[in-house]
Amino acid sequence: MSWQWFHRLGSPRWFYQKSSAWLPWLGGAALSLLSVGVVWGLGFAPEDFKQGNSYRIIYIHVPAAFLALAGYYIMAISGAIGLIWKMKLSFVVMRAAAPIGAALTFIALFTGAVWGKPTWGTYWVWDARITSMLILFFLYLGVMALSGAFSREQSGDKASALLALVGTVNIPIIYKSVDWWFTLHQPATLKLTEASTIDPSMFYPLITMIAGFYLFYAWVLTLHTRTMILQREGRTQWVRELVGASAPAKA
Amino acid sequence: MGSEAVEVSLSKKAQPGKARGVALAAYARVPGFYTLFRTELVLAARRRSDIVNPLLFFVTVLAMMPLGIGPEPEMLSRMAPGLIWVMALLATLLSQESLFRGDYEDGSLEQLALQPQPLYFPVLAKVLVHWLVTGVPLALLSPLLGMMLNLGAEGYWPLFVSLVLGTASLSLIGAVGAALTVALRRPGLLLALIIMPLYVPVLIFGTGTVQAALDGYSFGPQLAVLGAILAVAAALAPLASAGAIRISLEN
Amino acid sequence: MQFQFDSLASFFAMDGHGPYVWASYGMVVLVLVVLAVTPVFRQRKLRRELQQQLRQEEARRRAATTRAASQRAAEVVE
Repeated sequence: MSWQWFHRLGSPRWFYQKSSAWLPWLGGAALSLLSVGVVWGLGFAPEDFKQGNSYRIIYIHVPAAFLALAGYYIMAISGAIGLIWKMKLSFVVMRAAAPIGAALTFIALFTGAVWGKPTWGTYWVWDARITSMLILFFLYLGVMALSGAFSREQSGDKASALLALVGTVNIPIIYKSVDWWFTLHQPATLKLTEASTIDPSMFYPLITMIAGFYLFYAWVLTLHTRTMILQREGRTQWVRELVGASAPAKA
Repeated sequence: MGSEAVEVSLSKKAQPGKARGVALAAYARVPGFYTLFRTELVLAARRRSDIVNPLLFFVTVLAMMPLGIGPEPEMLSRMAPGLIWVMALLATLLSQESLFRGDYEDGSLEQLALQPQPLYFPVLAKVLVHWLVTGVPLALLSPLLGMMLNLGAEGYWPLFVSLVLGTASLSLIGAVGAALTVALRRPGLLLALIIMPLYVPVLIFGTGTVQAALDGYSFGPQLAVLGAILAVAAALAPLASAGAIRISLEN
Repeated sequence: MQFQFDSLASFFAMDGHGPYVWASYGMVVLVLVVLAVTPVFRQRKLRRELQQQLRQEEARRRAATTRAASQRAAEVVE
């Protein structure tokens, strides 16, 4: 049984060198899926008979909300891998994932608020899903603030990884308690177990957008991770060689 | 982990054959839970301002509330459960900052971490004492504040019981944050930022208990959930705090 | 599948819901662009800083070797 690939994954250098080949593919696929999805959703998907055209916000709101939550788990799991196997790379991924997740949570909150105005007549409702999204946003901010508060980088890594893990245990509890507290939101449009309540002509662009957001997330996460690797490994030989090789020849 | 360290360090000095016996003797000298608890209680009793200040904060801020929102009895009685609960939450949070600080600064936290027993029990003892000197007095004071805020008569008992159960969970969850930030110079606001989102379920079910009683429903289910949260927190939070203390000590 | 709007103007108006839809999409585009562009800029800046650092070290090393050489030359002359 070869675990070499797993250990190799922990090496920032290996990741940096390999990922430069993935980047154009990831970015190209993400951007093309997103543009197809946006045009499809904005122009070609049929109008909703109840909400009119404002429902077209769903094509960004739902994917952003999906990734806001998934991003937290990606962050927490990479933090856990870092804590357990002491992998340098996974802490870098964790730190890179925090601002991206926070940005996506912000998108979900913003689009939800704007969507709420024509649909419910108000920008903000203290309903279950909005409130738990807001709390998720605070959790992201907490992880970011804690990771930046330590003067020693490794301590910041470990402390924020632990906080992310504690948050992971809490997310289902928070979600359920807020759900119990108050619910006004429409029931979930996409369900894994039951048939979706959405028409196929509206569903395909949505799936395209979700796939596009996932790819975009992977692309941006790789970009952020690579930048942070360069920043952290600035003193190592391979970074010096890399930077030195790309230096413009000077007279 | 701690036991190995002791055994190794002792066996270097002692005769090889005696090492095991010495290590066992080291086990025997480890303070039990009761000793830890009593020490903490004595220490807490000597720092009287640490006990009184959160209570004073609690009462003062709640006395400010009618000045801010107006003296109408109906409105005050509607807001009373929420106000009392939020203030209890803030009072717990503010007092939590110093939970591990003294021990961290004088080095006894390090000594505790080096002992051949899990950090779980010292943390549990500290949290238990913290709850006894802040949470329980807050709950005992709550009927007085209920009276000031015109709380309905049927709300007093649920408020007291929910505060007793809830503040214990708050102390446990807050201990994780206190342990994560103990190595930082000025953790105050950061502690609030990372811990507040985790307090949400306790707040929801705490106020839910009182609200249900005021509305004439049975409040057993809410209390049961508060108890369940307490059970989970008591099992997991000291573990997370112990991990966080070890991370902070590395800093 | 066909385009759902009669004209471009009605596409932008979205039956009065235009401001909401376009505000959301605009904000999303803004955030996504910021997410994608910041690492590129930061990486460029980092590389420039590292290159400068390397150049400085190189210059210092060269200066040290020439100084050593000139000293040696001076000793020989003496």
